[in-house]
This record gives sequence, C-alpha cells and structure tokens, in this order.
Amino acid sequence: MNIAKVIGTIWATVKDDHLQGSKLQIIQPLNEKGEKMGQPLTAVDTVGAGQNEVVFYVTSREAALGFPEPLLTPVDAAIVGIIDRVEVYSNSE
Amino acid sequence: MLLGRVVGTIWATKKDEKLEGMKFQIVRAVDLDYRPLNNFLVAVDSVGAGAGEIVLIAQGSSGRLTWLTKDKPVDAVIMAIVDRLDVEVPESEWEEALK
Repeated sequence: MNIAKVIGTIWATVKDDHLQGSKLQIIQPLNEKGEKMGQPLTAVDTVGAGQNEVVFYVTSREAALGFPEPLLTPVDAAIVGIIDRVEVYSNSE
Repeated sequence: MLLGRVVGTIWATKKDEKLEGMKFQIVRAVDLDYRPLNNFLVAVDSVGAGAGEIVLIAQGSSGRLTWLTKDKPVDAVIMAIVDRLDVEVPESEWEEALK
C-alpha cells in the first residue's frame, strides 16, 4: 500500500457495470514526509474519502478485492483507508 | 487507473485466437489537464470509447477483470469514459499534507 492525498474527482457515466455507484478519485502519492512522490493516478474509493484527505491505497488486482464481484471489477487502484495520523521514527533515514 | 486519450485503433487478423472479437484502441496517457504525456499503450475497449475520448484504463492483471477479457492474454482494458475531471486541491496546499 502507499500513502496519497485526494486531490480531485472523476465523473464517468459510461463505465464497467460493476463500477456503477463507485466514486473515482484522483490521488497524488506521497512519501512518509507528505511530499509529492510520482504522478497522480485515479483510484476507486471504497471508504468514502473526501477532498484533501490523506489516504492509503492498494494497487494491482488486489484493488478489486473490496468489491462484491472481484473477478469482474476492472480496477487497479483502490483507496482502502483514511489516515488519521502518521508517525515516522527518527532513525528511519 | 491511468488517464488517457484514445488516439487510434489497431486491426490484427493474425493474433492469439483468444483475442477474437476484441477492439484494440491506441491510447496516449494524458495529465490532469488532458495534455499528452509520452506514454502510449494498446488497450482492449470494453466500454465502446470513440476516437479522441478521455478514458480510464486498468492495467496489469486487473486488465482481465471484465467479462470481455476474462482469462484472455490482456493487460490493459478501457473500463470508463471520463465525462468530467475536477482537481480541487490547489498545489499551494500540499505542503502541510501530513502536519
């Protein structure tokens, strides 16, 4: 999993049927210090994260495991948690 | 998922027989302002996207998670056509992301 910030939303009426009703959020991956890391991507939101919230997300096929029919839900990134607090131990450098 | 624009189509009569009946679209990755990035890929179209449309693509083994591409040698599928995209968090607010 990785940390990211929710920076936007995507509206798509025409999409795979299993994604009807799912929210598609644009997220910017962050490192443990909260700095931008890499390119933004789109993730399906299974926990109802809001704008500006810091979340953690899972990628690859595992992203579909939160759905009722994981074998027929074409997603490769899903927000699976909203972060309250991050603690980085000082000797992590 | 990857944001991209459909820029072309591929026809291939000689191909893995499991790929029969699939539409292959050439997609160019775009940034959040729909400006082209230098990253192309071929994706199977499962939602009927037209040329020039902005789409979302699931890659890797997630590309097989549709009725059309199930158990097929496919690693990228167009699974949504983007109507609108809103980026609401201005760059200036990113610094105190985790404070």
